[in-house]
Amino acid sequence: MIKVEQLVKKFGENTVLKQISTTIKQGEVVAIIGPSGSGKSTFLRCLNLLEQPTSGDIWLKGKKITDPKTNKLAMREHIGMVFQHFNLFPHMTVLDNVTYAPQKVKNISKADAEETAYKLLDKVGLTDKANTYPNKLSGGQKQRVAIARALAMNPEVMLFDEPTSALDPEMVKEVLDVMKDLADSGMTMVVVTHEMNFAKEVADQILFLDDGKLIEKGDPETFFTNPQTDRAKDFLDKVLS
Amino acid sequence: MNLDFSQIVPYIPFMLKGIWVTLKFVIFSISIGLLLGTILALCKITKLSFLKWLADAYTSIFRGTPLILQLMIIYYAVPQLIGYDISAFLSAVLAFGLNSSAYVSEIIRAGILAVDRGQVEAAQALGVPYQKMMVHIILPQALKNILPALMNEFITLTKESAIVSVIGYLDLMRRAEIVGAKIYRNFEPLLFAGIIYWVMVFILTQIGKRIERRMRQSD
Repeated sequence: MIKVEQLVKKFGENTVLKQISTTIKQGEVVAIIGPSGSGKSTFLRCLNLLEQPTSGDIWLKGKKITDPKTNKLAMREHIGMVFQHFNLFPHMTVLDNVTYAPQKVKNISKADAEETAYKLLDKVGLTDKANTYPNKLSGGQKQRVAIARALAMNPEVMLFDEPTSALDPEMVKEVLDVMKDLADSGMTMVVVTHEMNFAKEVADQILFLDDGKLIEKGDPETFFTNPQTDRAKDFLDKVLS
Repeated sequence: MNLDFSQIVPYIPFMLKGIWVTLKFVIFSISIGLLLGTILALCKITKLSFLKWLADAYTSIFRGTPLILQLMIIYYAVPQLIGYDISAFLSAVLAFGLNSSAYVSEIIRAGILAVDRGQVEAAQALGVPYQKMMVHIILPQALKNILPALMNEFITLTKESAIVSVIGYLDLMRRAEIVGAKIYRNFEPLLFAGIIYWVMVFILTQIGKRIERRMRQSD
């Protein structure tokens, strides 16, 4: 589904990603973990070219998206993204947030877009909030709307950039539950997260990043019980204690 | 106290006609200011350095010279240059519109920059093209924040429109002067004009408040 080869990203003199290579299979849930500033988010943002890689290549379904000729906008229709700070459009109602892109980007009729939107809002449990503005919602509700908004474009991959980091603790579960359902439905997901339990239970593959390098990757069972590198051991000791 | 308002009564219809004359070119000027100001603001935030330079130069010139000078150049000096006998109305619309767009562009630029960066990213991640993103997502949010500043600009423009009287355009101000000269009394017609300006600005303020209230719906 996604293949990353020798990915390097520099911000000026600062090299944030150092030669990262990995593959993500269809239907796989990949959790990216690691300390703050390790380049997790930058890596994720390279996958839909919100950040332009300095060098290296990324393939999406066999298409090389790092090719300068790639139509970024068309490519992004297939990749949904959920942000740490939700980034809902504050001047639009929940329903309009979810129906905007299908209508304006995919030229889907208003009626069809709304039908899909109601199905998705039902999935995330927010049908009753359809005509509410985002400012009236809690953080957890906002993030669920954001997930519905991304899903409305019918993407093949979903990227999550620390989706629960900005939430009050009691709202984390409602968002993670929605994400679990999504994973169960077979969606390919790449999730940058600090929720180790989520990574352990839901992910098929763990990528552990530190200082811009992919230090370790593997299935969650092995990673959490028997990490191969000292750096990963050290990290897990700190976060799991 | 030498005041006699009955003296201006015969001239009141003459002066009231000035309201429409003033409003007509103010409305045109505000429209030009908004449209050109938005375009200039977009030029200022692009990555294309030539457009940026052009917009900055424009702003520098129109903000850096007196409005009355710009007005007189357009009305008196341009015909000398191109041989086209420009009307007072067109000169006024151009001078005020072009001048206002320089200020409006700075207001809008600030408004766009104040919109959370995440909004752009969310739109990009959904595959929304630049133009639609600006029109549907960024500008509406920017407009909400800058509405008070924009209203200020339009109020200033409405009042400063009195400057057009120097090129003989028969606006409200010019009519008050004419009446003053006719009846050898200046206080009454000037006070009368002053009240009308105040009422116009008052109405404009109310319209602004109403628009603001509508835009705050989502809060």
